[in-house]
Amino acid sequence: MLKDITLGQYLPGTSPVHKLDPRVKLVLTVEFIVMLFCAKNMWAIGVGALFCIISFALSGVPASLMVKSLKPIVPLVLITSVLNLFFVRTGDVLWKWKVLQITTEGRDTALFMIARIVLLIIGSSLLTYTTSPIDLTDAIENLLSPLKKLKVPVHELAMMMTIALRFIPTLIEETDKIMNAQKARGSELDTGSFADKVRGMVPIFIPLFVSSFRRAEELATAMECRCYHGGEGRTRMKQLHTTYRDLIAAIYTTLFFGGIIALNVLIK
Amino acid sequence: MQYFLDAENVNFSYMNDAEEPPVRTEVLKNVSLRVEKGEFLAVLGHNGSGKSTLAKCFNAINLPDSGTVTVAGLRTDDENNLLPIRRTAGMVFQNPDNQIVATIVEEDVAFALENLGVEPKEIRRRVDEALKTVGMYEYRMHAPHKLSGGQKQRVAIAGILAMNPDCILLDEPTAMLDPRGRKEVMDTVKRLNREQGVTIVLITHYMEEAAQADRIAIIDGGEVLMDGTPKSIFSQVETMKHLGLDVPQVTELAWRLRKDGFDIPADIITEEECVQAIAALLEKGR
Repeated sequence: MLKDITLGQYLPGTSPVHKLDPRVKLVLTVEFIVMLFCAKNMWAIGVGALFCIISFALSGVPASLMVKSLKPIVPLVLITSVLNLFFVRTGDVLWKWKVLQITTEGRDTALFMIARIVLLIIGSSLLTYTTSPIDLTDAIENLLSPLKKLKVPVHELAMMMTIALRFIPTLIEETDKIMNAQKARGSELDTGSFADKVRGMVPIFIPLFVSSFRRAEELATAMECRCYHGGEGRTRMKQLHTTYRDLIAAIYTTLFFGGIIALNVLIK
Repeated sequence: MQYFLDAENVNFSYMNDAEEPPVRTEVLKNVSLRVEKGEFLAVLGHNGSGKSTLAKCFNAINLPDSGTVTVAGLRTDDENNLLPIRRTAGMVFQNPDNQIVATIVEEDVAFALENLGVEPKEIRRRVDEALKTVGMYEYRMHAPHKLSGGQKQRVAIAGILAMNPDCILLDEPTAMLDPRGRKEVMDTVKRLNREQGVTIVLITHYMEEAAQADRIAIIDGGEVLMDGTPKSIFSQVETMKHLGLDVPQVTELAWRLRKDGFDIPADIITEEECVQAIAALLEKGR
């Protein structure tokens, strides 16, 4: 039941977007987010949207997934738009009922905010759709490595991420086993009030916790046996390479950024 | 003479702080055990007999309270020898899930080499070689959790093999596997020993596996009780039973036949020998 869960939302593929260096992809995603926050009017946001659409088309990720990634943020979008709709009080009044009123500017701000949030999510989910979690971890480790000089444990954090990713399926499987074992002993996990269900989780989490500690200890020994001694002097088999593709992607993104700034200035 | 693995008068104990007052448990009592280069040693004993503890002494995970352990002439109590020793004597554990570090097979095999700071190109070459040796090359891009137990254990062996160790210590590597997985792992281990001359120390509960070794050591209560060839150990059926250990089924069969007065050798340890001996017996009887 729990076994089929996929890690993150990575879709393996060979599109130009997939082939980008994960570091470049990460930096460009950040650039895209900055770009969206720089956009001051609907036209500029429109350019951001165009950027998203072209990138998505290049990645070959189905559009249905794009819609799916938006589902969890529907409440956030609703709240933001309602707040903006009713609380922006400048501009011509369009509709009024007691204290509530909608103005032209409120309507525009609401639409603008919706567009910005939606693009934000679509753009960043493109990164997770086209980059495997392990590549992403490598990219983060690589990009943050200058922070090592400031005594930030970058390697350790990346190692923790990798191990966490590695053990998620193992622990899910184990949870499944423990749940079945407890059910076989007559514990009722699916029935009763909410409080009963929460109480029912205790005999699942305690064995899971204990076994995780045991696993951690064994893993630590196994890592020591394989000469692990921290990040010092460590090399990597897979080297990250930037290619002409990455240059093109950077130019392409920066052009759009330029377009947005130009529109900000031109259309007031 | 210099032995490859050499434990001399090793004592090891640990403190159990959970008890009040803390209890000191002696795990190894004055153990001496030597292994020659290229030898295949099987270690038998009950749970808690100290056999895993001894194996961990051979790659400097455990340091003895007293006595010395040397690996290829390097003393394990010297901090500077730590990495050379662990590169020489790799260790494979019982649960493959708890020793695989990375989310992709080939990355896991590369782990030890990355730790040792080997050049990326050389890592690539040795990873491919190790994966081919254990027959897992076509699975190099798979996620470990999607493999069978035997396959995972072979990946774990490849992870050690990539270091080009002279010796592999295996701590019950087949205990969690099904018969097919056990055979896969045993075939790999035997091949490494025969073809590449890798020294093997195999801790096991399966007598049929131990019978394939060059030599067997039996550990009980933290002491080496018996040490000899499989034939000399398993022919002492009564002693083995007294220790609560089994002998291979064919040895037991021969032993029972002997007890019933049949003239059959006592040192039968393989099915092949057993079949021949019984055939010879029938021939004579005719």
